[in-house]
Amino acid sequence: MAKITFVQPDGSQQTVEAKPGMTVMEAAKLNDVAGIEAECGGACACATCHIYVDAAWRDKTGKPAEMEEDMLDFAFDVREESRLCCQIKVTDALEGLTIRVPAKQF
Amino acid sequence: MAPENGATAGGDPGRDGQGFGTGEITTDVVIIGAGPVGLFAVFELGLLDIKCHVVDILGKVGGQCAELYPEKPIYDIPGLPVVTGQELTDRLMEQIKPFGATFHLGERVDALERLPDGRFALSTDIGSRFNTRVVVIAAGGGSFTPKRPPLDGIEAFEGQSVHYSVRRMEDLRGKDVLIVGGGDSALDWTLNLAPLANSLTLLHRRDEFRGAPHSVERMRALVGEGKVRLMIGQVTALDGVGGQLSAVTIKTKDGDEHVPVTALLPFFGLTMKLGPIASWGLNLDENLIPADTAKFETSEPGIFAIGDINTYPGKLKLILSGFHEAALMAQQAHRYVHPGKKLLFQYTTSSSNLQKKLGVR
Repeated sequence: MAKITFVQPDGSQQTVEAKPGMTVMEAAKLNDVAGIEAECGGACACATCHIYVDAAWRDKTGKPAEMEEDMLDFAFDVREESRLCCQIKVTDALEGLTIRVPAKQF
Repeated sequence: MAPENGATAGGDPGRDGQGFGTGEITTDVVIIGAGPVGLFAVFELGLLDIKCHVVDILGKVGGQCAELYPEKPIYDIPGLPVVTGQELTDRLMEQIKPFGATFHLGERVDALERLPDGRFALSTDIGSRFNTRVVVIAAGGGSFTPKRPPLDGIEAFEGQSVHYSVRRMEDLRGKDVLIVGGGDSALDWTLNLAPLANSLTLLHRRDEFRGAPHSVERMRALVGEGKVRLMIGQVTALDGVGGQLSAVTIKTKDGDEHVPVTALLPFFGLTMKLGPIASWGLNLDENLIPADTAKFETSEPGIFAIGDINTYPGKLKLILSGFHEAALMAQQAHRYVHPGKKLLFQYTTSSSNLQKKLGVR
């Protein structure tokens, strides 16, 4: 299990337990984390699970693949630290991961 | 493949215009939505000798399968261990071919009204009109509509100076045009509007484009000639009065820049919205249409809801559930379309009657 903390734009935090193998999006949806819509259900086809990964974690979460970059074009307020969380697989190495939820999904 | 809006320059892709001025079409069934479930409904209804017209807002059949994941594999269609969204669409089109449904693509059903004789009158956004006994709503997540960038106050500019598609290129002559996006729509309109516009800026969040490579090359050539300005960044605010845009704020890695703009064309793909269905007087439950599980009929007799758009206890949004719903819907639709006619349950494997309809005998 890895503990993942989601920080909302208003600063409120929610820490959830995520099983290795699931995606960060699935962990968020299972725990009703606000602001993660995931309209397409994790197919990397909609960009409504857009999140920001804190700088300290970017090595461990990795960089978006080309398909994910293409889909990020459809997200709002995309930054250097932007990811689609349906494309981040939970591993034990992500214990303590902090994710920031954007103000809006498209 | 990413969803695109207005991908074809010069007008309205896919609008077959069959509806224009051709008068009212009288039919047994109008199916709203040409996704996999709407397509399979043609099959189930066809076996029961019921003719269908199918309307879809997209310029092609297949719904989400064709628009959102044409190349992505689906693993839970019985009998097909793996199939892509496009392959499934193609196979369904082959399967329903014998039933000769008429497709009205690039049209959105806007109005639905019950007539005094119990039939329904439907009309689309481009003026097609139907008189039908039965309506089957197989609209999935709703109609595909262009994504609206979540910028404060953007609604006030829409139609006048913010456009999600281009109806008439002439309308943009002499304007300071800002096109936002990195796909084929953004590139095509950049190439087409550059000669007409007073100035044209293409804005994308990164210096890589998803569009066709030759379009990217042509765009870069225009940038080289100084005819198009390419900016890397994102719009953060809009300025203007009375619906007329005058400038936008663009955030780039070098800071904010205020750019004079009188026409903004955002191309951020499509999203699904329930749309006009909400105003048809049906009971709704969080943007879904409750249906009974024996006939998949809505609160209005004669109007059915199948596939992702419906809800009932235990509902699963699976294509295979939609197929089941289509089969049961067809049984009840038959009672409306052919009242008093006895319905004999038959198997396609053994019924020579059904096989004749399928054209295999």
